[in-house]
Amino acid sequence: MNLDFTVTKKRTLQFLAIAGIAVYLASCSFYSTEWPSVKDEKDRKKAPEFVLKDASGQDVKLSDYHGKVVLLNFWATWCGPCEVEIPWFIDFQREYKDRDFAVLGVSLDEDGWKSVRPFVANEKVNYRVMVTTEQVDQLYGGVDSLPTTFIIDREGRVASSHVGLASKNTYRKEILTLLNDSHKTERGAVSSIKGPLAFATFGAAWVGPAVSPVASK
Amino acid sequence: MKQVRWFPGKHAALFAALAVGVGCFAQAVNVLHFNPPPPLRAKIGTTVEAKVPLSLMEGYHVNSNTPSDDYLIPLQLTWTKGALESAGVVYPKPRLEKYQFSPDKPLSVFSGNFELTAKFTVPATAAPGPAAVNGKLRYQACNNTMCLAPKSMDVALQVDIVK
Repeated sequence: MNLDFTVTKKRTLQFLAIAGIAVYLASCSFYSTEWPSVKDEKDRKKAPEFVLKDASGQDVKLSDYHGKVVLLNFWATWCGPCEVEIPWFIDFQREYKDRDFAVLGVSLDEDGWKSVRPFVANEKVNYRVMVTTEQVDQLYGGVDSLPTTFIIDREGRVASSHVGLASKNTYRKEILTLLNDSHKTERGAVSSIKGPLAFATFGAAWVGPAVSPVASK
Repeated sequence: MKQVRWFPGKHAALFAALAVGVGCFAQAVNVLHFNPPPPLRAKIGTTVEAKVPLSLMEGYHVNSNTPSDDYLIPLQLTWTKGALESAGVVYPKPRLEKYQFSPDKPLSVFSGNFELTAKFTVPATAAPGPAAVNGKLRYQACNNTMCLAPKSMDVALQVDIVK
């Protein structure tokens, strides 16, 4: 059956089509883990500030890491893919800690340290681990899928994010890009991602405007 | 105003892209669905069984009621006290599957469409007529590369209590 549409309706359809493709690219990139995704500096947004307790009861404040590259990993003991990544992060912490780099692990375990403490001891985790609060989850876009990892540049901005298991090599490349980029912070253009890929990467970034409420447990 | 022709095939493809995009977002919401069975006929003074049909989104699995690791969160169905008294839940036989994140150690999981069996006793004091039994299904789902936070889903069975 043929139906007549006006030009206005055609434009509406075209808009819907473009929106659909955009939604598709954004949503599927949400689950994509292997694309290189260090954003241009102009596209990076401030990582929300938080304060959480580590296993020894000490405050861990994100802003204390200003000047360092931070790999912020949301994980849980019940998350198999997270367990794969943790040894990589242990390696990164050991290899790059003297180059202004730190890994921070934020657990989403509902029973908190009861599960986290023995797990961390068993895995011989060598970086600081905290237990999240709902407020911190929300600050980072309502973390619901694990692992979720943000790589934060020396200026405290989110340079890349990954939802789901990424490759060790992807993380390493991004970390090294940021570590080697300290002298370029005013020049921008770290990444050459263009067009739809750049949009998709932007769509995958959950972090909202530069709000910095402080959450503690 | 200029008239243009509607090409169903061309535009259908564009709408399909939109639908797929929305589908990708939907993955993050609910991956396990309860398909309510027809009302259960429950005779006072007997034990009855009700099927609890569940379907899991393709590509996802949930840990079985007996997961392979202490850290994993089991599937667990519990009933709140109501017109019928719970007499246990029978879980299907789990599958042992390997995943990208667990290539060597198979995990005890459920996937696709599967069914739990809930057993109830119908007390002698139960009032004849329609009733409902309500429960919670706790589960934790993953796909090959990521896991979703544990969730509790409401499960309600309609019952027709008869003498």
